[in-house]
Amino acid sequence: MTSPATSARTPRTKQRLGDRIFSNSALTAGTLILAILAAVAGFLVLESVPALTTDPEEIDILNGQPFWSYVAPLVFGTLWASALALAMAIPVSIGIALFISHFAPRRIAQGLGYIVDLLAAVPSVVFGLWGGNVLAPAVQPLYTWLTQNLGWFPLFAPPASGTGRTILTAAIVLAVMVLPIITALSREVFLQTPVLHEEAALALGATRWEMIRTAVLPFARPGIISASMLGLGRALGETMAVAMVLSASGGITLAVLTPSNPGTIAANIALRFPEAFGLNTNLLIATGLILFAITLVVNMIARAIINRRKEFSGAN
Amino acid sequence: MGLPTGSDLTGTIVGGGASSQQAAQEIWIASFQSDNPNTTVEYDPAGSGAGRDMFLAGGAAFAGSDRAFTPEELEAGEFGACVPGSGIVELPAYVAPIVVVFNLAGVDALNLDPKTIAGIFAGDIDRWDGEAIATQNPGVDLPDARITPVHRSDESGTTENFTDYLAAAAGDAWPYEPNGTWPFEGGEASQGTSGVVDSVRNGTGTIGYVDASRAGGLGQVAVKVGEDYVGYSAEAAAAIVDASSIEPGRGEGDLAIELDRTTEEAGVYPIVLISYLIGCEQYAAGIDAEVVRAYFEYVISDAGQQAASQNAGSAPLSAQTRERAAAAAALIG
Repeated sequence: MTSPATSARTPRTKQRLGDRIFSNSALTAGTLILAILAAVAGFLVLESVPALTTDPEEIDILNGQPFWSYVAPLVFGTLWASALALAMAIPVSIGIALFISHFAPRRIAQGLGYIVDLLAAVPSVVFGLWGGNVLAPAVQPLYTWLTQNLGWFPLFAPPASGTGRTILTAAIVLAVMVLPIITALSREVFLQTPVLHEEAALALGATRWEMIRTAVLPFARPGIISASMLGLGRALGETMAVAMVLSASGGITLAVLTPSNPGTIAANIALRFPEAFGLNTNLLIATGLILFAITLVVNMIARAIINRRKEFSGAN
Repeated sequence: MGLPTGSDLTGTIVGGGASSQQAAQEIWIASFQSDNPNTTVEYDPAGSGAGRDMFLAGGAAFAGSDRAFTPEELEAGEFGACVPGSGIVELPAYVAPIVVVFNLAGVDALNLDPKTIAGIFAGDIDRWDGEAIATQNPGVDLPDARITPVHRSDESGTTENFTDYLAAAAGDAWPYEPNGTWPFEGGEASQGTSGVVDSVRNGTGTIGYVDASRAGGLGQVAVKVGEDYVGYSAEAAAAIVDASSIEPGRGEGDLAIELDRTTEEAGVYPIVLISYLIGCEQYAAGIDAEVVRAYFEYVISDAGQQAASQNAGSAPLSAQTRERAAAAAALIG
């Protein structure tokens, strides 16, 4: 028997320098992102602890109320604004993406795709200025009309905002901001549909719409969900545009046209942080931790949905 | 450019605090440094609370704050930048008038008493042609429209001073405590002075409160003081400082003003924000006390006050107040 040391030293396959560098750098990149995530989570948790363990009376912002009743309207506002935004953005995005991938002549499709991508490059502060100074005054008369004529519907309950800076306006701005993300990803997924599937559908006598319904959409569903979740992530965390547009002066309400709307976590941090000191900063960071947790949960739900539908999609 | 007499001053001082003073601090620092080329002054507009914390911890040689230290804080505080046991100097360096502005077609000016203003912002008076407004403004054609009050959504000294005024002057009509954040839910909220100005300008039947420097182009409210209605002016705003007394029981250099918001003196405009410069009487080793004193003296001089007035829209201090402040600044050493 030869000594084990000698046999272990003999490599089974030859490792070239390039292989080792590549595998190590890939490993580093992979661990780096985990380390960064862990560092952010660690920072949030450490800074939040004092706010959660201290008597609420000692934190000015809380005004004597417990932490959870302070954060509940913010959580609601964050989810509500994002849900409204997605409800508006997803159908429009799918429409644009289908138009680009299956309906438009090639030259128009390219130009349109380029313009949609350009929309993603507009800074959020510009969207905020536009939303507050152009969109809000423009939709205000419509809001007044809606509350006067459809006020019985819980979403349109009066009174109408005098400036138009309501959660619906903020959601419209958010919808415009997430539109390019959902559109660009959906378009790529639609283009991946196997041509054989599409041609088979057409050969069986399907119209263009029937072909899209039977071949393209089922194939693309996980992709659309992923795209929507990315958009949702952007909407949940959007700070500047919401802070500039939304009149956040109320609690939990379903009415979307009134001046008193729930704020969002991210915008609330941006508004309060500059003048916050002492335990107040810990409190705001604790709300940031909640937002972090919400985003994680939302992403996990999205993963679960995609995994459940994987076997039908043919995408793998 | 630089005065040859001031040029032998050397050193660097770092301060921080109220963002309300930021524009004024920038112009003060620029002029002071061009007069004293060997000095450096830095100001971090981190917020009043952060400024006071930095000063307490000794991280800043001076602080800007929208309120003076409370007697309890003075009692408890060991000031990191000062020699232990030293008193502190608090100067009313920056007086910014707050104007109630509104957007109502065809109306440029309104007369309102504190009770009515409080009623409007509390939501109890919600029609422009309501009786309380109409009786104070005979001859003004008030529309039958809903009032939309706009307040700040961020925490600010402007809100703190406005609510302080309402709490002091409006009696039962304003049941809330003075606070840097809006004290109750409801009404319209906007970010920063610019946000409030935009909301009032673009909205319909809107009313809000903003720094006077930003009130141009909007309808302005003249406030009832005593028997008269006083519109905003720099002189009237500075006059409240003269009409008010200094809080008793404080140190010689501590000019914390007890603003008399309910004054009935003629020609006084009561809604102002006073932002303080805070420093030590005796500085610990390592801080250029000479530079702090020279800087404070410049800020409260006529030149400094005029510069801030032109660039930041503040109300220049009256000669009487400048004299008191100069005596306090002279204690720094």
